[in-house]
Amino acid sequence: MEFLFNLISGISLGSIYAIIALGYTMVYGIAKMLNFAHGDVIMVGAYICFFATMRFGMPPLAGVLLSMVVCTMLGIIIERLAYKPLRQAPALAVLITAIGMSYFLQNSAQLLWTSSPKVFQSVVGTINGQTGLKLFDGALSVSYVTIVTIIVCVIIMLALVTFVNKTKTGKAMRAVSEDKGAAQLMGINVNTTISLTFAIGSALAAVAGVLLCSAYPTLVPTTGAMPGIKAFTAAVFGGIGSIPGALIGGILLGIIEIFAKAYITTQLSDAIVFAVLIVVLLVKPTGLLGKKVSEKV
Amino acid sequence: MLRVDNLNVYYGMIHAIKDISLEVNKGEIVSLVGANGAGKTTTLHAISGLLKPRSGSATYLQHNLLTTPAHKIVECGLSHVPEGRRVFSQMTVMENLEMGAYISKDKARNQKILANVFEHFPRLEERKRQLAGTLSGGEQQMLAIGRAMMANPDMLLLDEPSMGLSPLLVKEIFKIIKELNDDGITILLVEQNAKQALSIAHRGYVLETGKIVLSGNAAELLENDAVKKAYLGG
Repeated sequence: MEFLFNLISGISLGSIYAIIALGYTMVYGIAKMLNFAHGDVIMVGAYICFFATMRFGMPPLAGVLLSMVVCTMLGIIIERLAYKPLRQAPALAVLITAIGMSYFLQNSAQLLWTSSPKVFQSVVGTINGQTGLKLFDGALSVSYVTIVTIIVCVIIMLALVTFVNKTKTGKAMRAVSEDKGAAQLMGINVNTTISLTFAIGSALAAVAGVLLCSAYPTLVPTTGAMPGIKAFTAAVFGGIGSIPGALIGGILLGIIEIFAKAYITTQLSDAIVFAVLIVVLLVKPTGLLGKKVSEKV
Repeated sequence: MLRVDNLNVYYGMIHAIKDISLEVNKGEIVSLVGANGAGKTTTLHAISGLLKPRSGSATYLQHNLLTTPAHKIVECGLSHVPEGRRVFSQMTVMENLEMGAYISKDKARNQKILANVFEHFPRLEERKRQLAGTLSGGEQQMLAIGRAMMANPDMLLLDEPSMGLSPLLVKEIFKIIKELNDDGITILLVEQNAKQALSIAHRGYVLETGKIVLSGNAAELLENDAVKKAYLGG
């Protein structure tokens, strides 16, 4: 029973990583850059939801929606101001800018909201006074937050896969990610497509932030940093640029982390997670579902 | 229809295109021939906005191509089939064709053009569910041309359509280019394969290290001694 509990916890944590990893992987796929500020957008999303629900008494769902809207705008603004001017710049310059943007967001949050921790109240309510399901005569209890997180992750994943494969805009995104020049010749506006990618990624980051803080309620300006790095790892693990890869990488990472905590040692759980990543990259450098990039001449 | 005047393109310090002027009239096939590195592709990229020229002008109908963003040019009726086909290899043949019709919202018209594309390239219909990356080189070239046709262009820019193809396929591709022209599409054809390109063209330009060194009637260029010597193997 303990194993099952750990497995469910792992999948739930992994679902959060997967949602964040989607943002990394989509932006990488389209803009060919690693947006290290992505983790901090999560934190902003959590703060927005916190203030909306706790200070202004908005209903949880409205808080989540508001936080998604704010993060979407934030994502678009970050891209316009910080990354777009560097479209032709070397990758290293863009990477450093992204790291700078990450610190900028953390420090801005510190200035605005101080570094004293906020206690985030779960957006998932209670049913009959219970915060979770009791299964097998109470031998296994699974919180509603855990269940909601997994369901939300599945919905997001299905929606995204449908969007990217079935809609014209989604297909245009894939076209841009493959060949920007050829996509332009088709009449696809590359800048709009990149903005849209940042918008989607950031809206998902808001959802991830709210879910993360619903499960782990301490909210500080650096809340997004570690999950951000882990989700980035998950994206690389699954094969960066691949949407199903982000899901698989995220879930596996979550399970490995929880199992390492439960059965090996809490202190070394992160080290174990990254050690697994190193092993995977040694065996399959493009990640689990990564495509081999073959150059055609 | 298309008019380029005194175009200059630089890659950093390198002066790749030197004062090029050329003109394509409605209904024509015009071939731009020259050796590898002469600046043929660069000229086309400058025309379709993928590169910014330093000076000169390029106009298509009433549109100033140098101030039109690259993704708006196809809306003017000018489609570019790029060098090396550049099909979207991770997308199916059908999706590639859909991307070709990205600018058009008229579904009925798209269906009609699609039928026309399949008529010219029955192979594409057979393989419409296949990933473009799994097609042979010739099929990819057909897809690249078909994709450009989906935008219903009045003029096509074709960049090295014969590159890497077997002689048989080269013949077929040139036959199709001729057919498209008979359908009323104006064509600017860039080729290393000067003999083939000039044999289907009305007029031609010969490009050498970024400069146009010869121009005129295609049949006359084919007979020109300098051209024969340089490009047609004596």
